[in-house]
Amino acid sequence: MKFKIALAQINTKLGNLEANTRRHDEIIAQAAGAGASLVIFPELSLSGYLLKDITTDAALDPACAGPLKHLAANESQTACAVGFVEQSQDFKFYNALAYLDAGAIQHIHRKIYLPTYGMFDEKRFFAAGDTLRTADTRFGRLGFLICEDIWHFSTSYLLAHQGALMIVASLAGPGRGVRGSSEMLGSATSWELLARTVAQFNTVFFVTVNRVGFEDGLNFFGGSLVVDPYGNLVARGKAFDEDLVIVEIDFDLVRRARAQVPLLRDEKLELTLRELERVSREKFLLD
Amino acid sequence: MDISTDQVGVLPPLNSTLATQIATRFVREELHKAGFENVVLGLSGGIDSSVVAALAVRALGPSHVTGVLMPYRTSSPDSLSDAHGLADQLGIHREVFDISAIADGFLSRKKDVNNTRKGNVLARARMIVLYDFSAQLHALVLGTSNKTEILLGYGTLFGDLASALNPVGDLYKTEIRQLAEFLDIPDGIISKPPTADLWAGQSDEKELGFSYAEVDRLLYHRVDLGFSPEKVVEIGFDRKFVARVLELIRRNQFKRCGPLVCKLSPRTVTHDFLYPRDWGM
Repeated sequence: MKFKIALAQINTKLGNLEANTRRHDEIIAQAAGAGASLVIFPELSLSGYLLKDITTDAALDPACAGPLKHLAANESQTACAVGFVEQSQDFKFYNALAYLDAGAIQHIHRKIYLPTYGMFDEKRFFAAGDTLRTADTRFGRLGFLICEDIWHFSTSYLLAHQGALMIVASLAGPGRGVRGSSEMLGSATSWELLARTVAQFNTVFFVTVNRVGFEDGLNFFGGSLVVDPYGNLVARGKAFDEDLVIVEIDFDLVRRARAQVPLLRDEKLELTLRELERVSREKFLLD
Repeated sequence: MDISTDQVGVLPPLNSTLATQIATRFVREELHKAGFENVVLGLSGGIDSSVVAALAVRALGPSHVTGVLMPYRTSSPDSLSDAHGLADQLGIHREVFDISAIADGFLSRKKDVNNTRKGNVLARARMIVLYDFSAQLHALVLGTSNKTEILLGYGTLFGDLASALNPVGDLYKTEIRQLAEFLDIPDGIISKPPTADLWAGQSDEKELGFSYAEVDRLLYHRVDLGFSPEKVVEIGFDRKFVARVLELIRRNQFKRCGPLVCKLSPRTVTHDFLYPRDWGM
């Protein structure tokens, strides 16, 4: 399977769904024009990130017509992953990512790990997701994650062992770290190291799409990444500026990587599970 | 952050290229989002306002930047000429507004005003002038307080601490100096001793009783790296110096907050009416 993806490294307007939906329309058309059949948007791309009390007003019910259905039915029949606030049927609010194709919502990932430390305060405003499933798409089996999810190693591990060939992470990563000898922002360096590790350890394509722009003085640094299953950096979006990065993904590379380095085949899931159960039990006892 | 090259006790050098990229985008984007094209700032002839002016010019071009020189009758003529020199170099608009009439009109009706109160009056007189230019020119006021001053509370509430956007509030004074060199601020401005310029020979470092280089290293370890008070003493900072600086930070917390609102209703502005300032932008 060979196909082109587009990393939509955009800025958003905070709490302005109408303007952001229009921007998504433009980007999808532009990406389709460049031959992409899957467009990936950043975390909370329809609403903006630092919502605080706007969260409930910016929420979308996936069952209702609205921006998600509108984008799913885009003219160029391009698949896309879109970040939004999901209002569930029991009125919880999730930081979510919808995979849209063929006029419908095909898959929703609810962010599992909500950072609530330092500059982050997500648990105050969002409910945490509690499932981790892959999505079967016309491109093959994919995994979707949101920002902080990736910093927990179990998430990409679980997706890879469910058969994901490519893991996509949508980010709203604030830039920080302008001291020391590195040419890059501290946070950009950390993300690159993490992305290459996730791809190589799971022998998957790993894609991050970060946003740009400022919200209340926080800068989102862009620098979206595509890493191949060997851990090689294939593409990097511009630092700080909007960018549309088009990359061809060839799953034959996953086949070759896994044939040469069969880490997933050799993984001892049962052992891992057994030991995890013990660790969890003993940790509980120690507490 | 390149941890491997970090040495304990040292404030690592600033990556001025990156800091400039981010700070200029910050000024441009936050300004334009709010519906403004222009900025105004006070030019004292010192290093902080010079750096902010240079960043603003890089962000917006000189035609969108107005520097306001606000001497008081006892201000050093050197400060004024340094500010003029900088405005010339940057090619920005300039306004000179002598605050002596405002300040003295007030001070002449008060008795026994000590230097601290007088300093506050001058800082607030300048704030009045800047905010009126802000309305007149349809321009946002840029702040010039650095991280050292903000943490130590070395500034006047509703005076020099008042601004709409502050591009240098997360940079220590030591880092402002590095950025100033990168931005080609004249050597004379970089090398002269920092001063509030309220009387002849006044010096920040004499008043504070320690050097910016020393206090910045301490603040970096305590605030940025999260060292405990015991740990900073262990790595070589004098115990009394540490205690004094930490007390300054604590005592001046009010300058970093808005007024406290007494909570009475279920939803109260400042407590649980939580909207970002960039709401809808």
